[in-house]
Amino acid sequence: MDQSVTTNLGSTVLAALGDAVNDVRIFRDEVTLITTKERVLEVLQHLRDVQHFEMLTDETCVDYYPREPRFGILYQLYSLSRNIRVRVKVMLGEYERTIPTACGVYTAANWLEREIYDLFGITFDGHPDLRRIMMPPGWEGHPLLKENPVKVEEVAFSFNRNRIDAEKPYARE
Amino acid sequence: MTVAEPQFQIEESPQNTVTASDTQLDITLDQLKKLVSPRALTGDTMLLNMGPQHPSTHGVLRLLLELDGETVISCVPDIGFLHTGIEKTHEGKNYTKGIVLTDRIDYLAPLICNLAYVGAVEKLVGVDVPIRAQYIRVILAELTRMNSHLVWLGTHALDIGAMSMFLYTFREREMLLDIFELVSGARMMTSYFRVGGLWRDVPDHFVDAVRNILKVFPQRLLDYEKLLRENPLWKERTVGVGVIGREDAIAYGMTGPSLRGSGVNYDVRKAMPYSSYDHFDFSVPLGSTGDVYDRYRCRMDEFYQSLKIIEQALDRLPNGPIVTDNRKVAPPPKHEIAYSMESLIHHFKLWTEGFHAPEGEVYHAVESGKGEFGVFISSDGGPKPRRVHFRAPSLCNLQALPHMSKGALIADIVGIVGSVDIVLGEVDR
Repeated sequence: MDQSVTTNLGSTVLAALGDAVNDVRIFRDEVTLITTKERVLEVLQHLRDVQHFEMLTDETCVDYYPREPRFGILYQLYSLSRNIRVRVKVMLGEYERTIPTACGVYTAANWLEREIYDLFGITFDGHPDLRRIMMPPGWEGHPLLKENPVKVEEVAFSFNRNRIDAEKPYARE
Repeated sequence: MTVAEPQFQIEESPQNTVTASDTQLDITLDQLKKLVSPRALTGDTMLLNMGPQHPSTHGVLRLLLELDGETVISCVPDIGFLHTGIEKTHEGKNYTKGIVLTDRIDYLAPLICNLAYVGAVEKLVGVDVPIRAQYIRVILAELTRMNSHLVWLGTHALDIGAMSMFLYTFREREMLLDIFELVSGARMMTSYFRVGGLWRDVPDHFVDAVRNILKVFPQRLLDYEKLLRENPLWKERTVGVGVIGREDAIAYGMTGPSLRGSGVNYDVRKAMPYSSYDHFDFSVPLGSTGDVYDRYRCRMDEFYQSLKIIEQALDRLPNGPIVTDNRKVAPPPKHEIAYSMESLIHHFKLWTEGFHAPEGEVYHAVESGKGEFGVFISSDGGPKPRRVHFRAPSLCNLQALPHMSKGALIADIVGIVGSVDIVLGEVDR
């Protein structure tokens, strides 16, 4: 990828969109545009139609707990004609777990947003089919939130074997 | 199961409480009714469940088909049967241990998943990989791509009715699995690439073994072409079936041969070369109409390109180190530990805690057999990632299935699912 294009992209978008983009961050030659959930559709629309980012390659969420705002929704865009990538990031607070859907701009967002809803519990306003996609329909909770600890089994040595064995969920002989 | 003690509690303010269960929507019948046409509710059309145990769904994909006679009115894929929480598990593993999990994502192309993951970590940490390691990575990634395509070809042909194809491709696949066993000790779950290089150097007879594949494969590919390429039965089942246009394929975020079958020239190896793919001369096969036959042709032509890349990499395979000399991420050689205190410390740190990655977020994509396989890592500066997300090409390609199968015959559904080339381990992760 041409390095100068990447660096210029941030300033070009910033000039065109003005206050819709709050910040431009560059880390390891990757451009991230920080915007708000009110303006995100406007930014995505601009990037698709004016900047020729035809493809939404990925959309995901990060739980930054205990930081506030807690959630980050990330849109990974790719431009076929210009061969560059850009990332759009929206931060959501603990008590505002909702964001407008990007399905109207990028068709590919449909399942990706369902996945975010399923695993993080972020709801997407105006999404045509917001259902769980990975977990079963009756599942309670959202597994990728940081409230759910990653449970690993303790390594058993002679000094703690009896205690670990007693905590095992299954029946013993 | 004993209830896991939560490690921390989210503070709840009394009047403004949003818990996970509050945001959860209850699925109403109306929501499900929207998925099918109104005719299904009157009984005019028939709803048929295909899968998750159907052999031609390549795993555990469930399709809800709405049929008018034999014509598919709508197709609703239901996925998640193989969800294993790989992304969550990554949060509890350090960066080296995470490599093992990546084998299990696309279990038909484990080395490419390894390559994507270590590439992302290397980008995050800022490590340079020795050129010999890069070339060996390319050779193995191309062999993996052939492995992935062989399984696709065999099962796809089997779905459509060409049984013998499956037997031939699995015979050849065995040769490739032998190579993976040669270098890593495991046939499928290789975990051979490490951050900064390779686990160990390839054995001496590796080059001969790969040369043998280069010698055998062109003849075998010719056999495959004789069986299918101009076969009238094959063409009748594939030409003009499951068409997706250029614009639609892009909008759905399709990548890989499924996108190139529609004539879009996008291959990550060419567009954003990684692991020194820019050193090799190869072309990107393209289709034109975007039907099942074009996708088949793209993958078949990729076999020849893969062979071409492997041959060039073998010819120019340099000598030298296979792992970076940055001791902060790559372990020191065993003999150094005996006399160097610093090496011992590095070894101890790497094997107990793992290395720390700088705080930041990176996205690194490689071209897998299915399309753009991307890894997104968000690091909080510690030895374990805050979040790892895998951009699975199968998921995005499968999303276009309802579009491709609208108006198709039910017998063609198996052909279309096969031509998209999905691996459910990757779709559900």
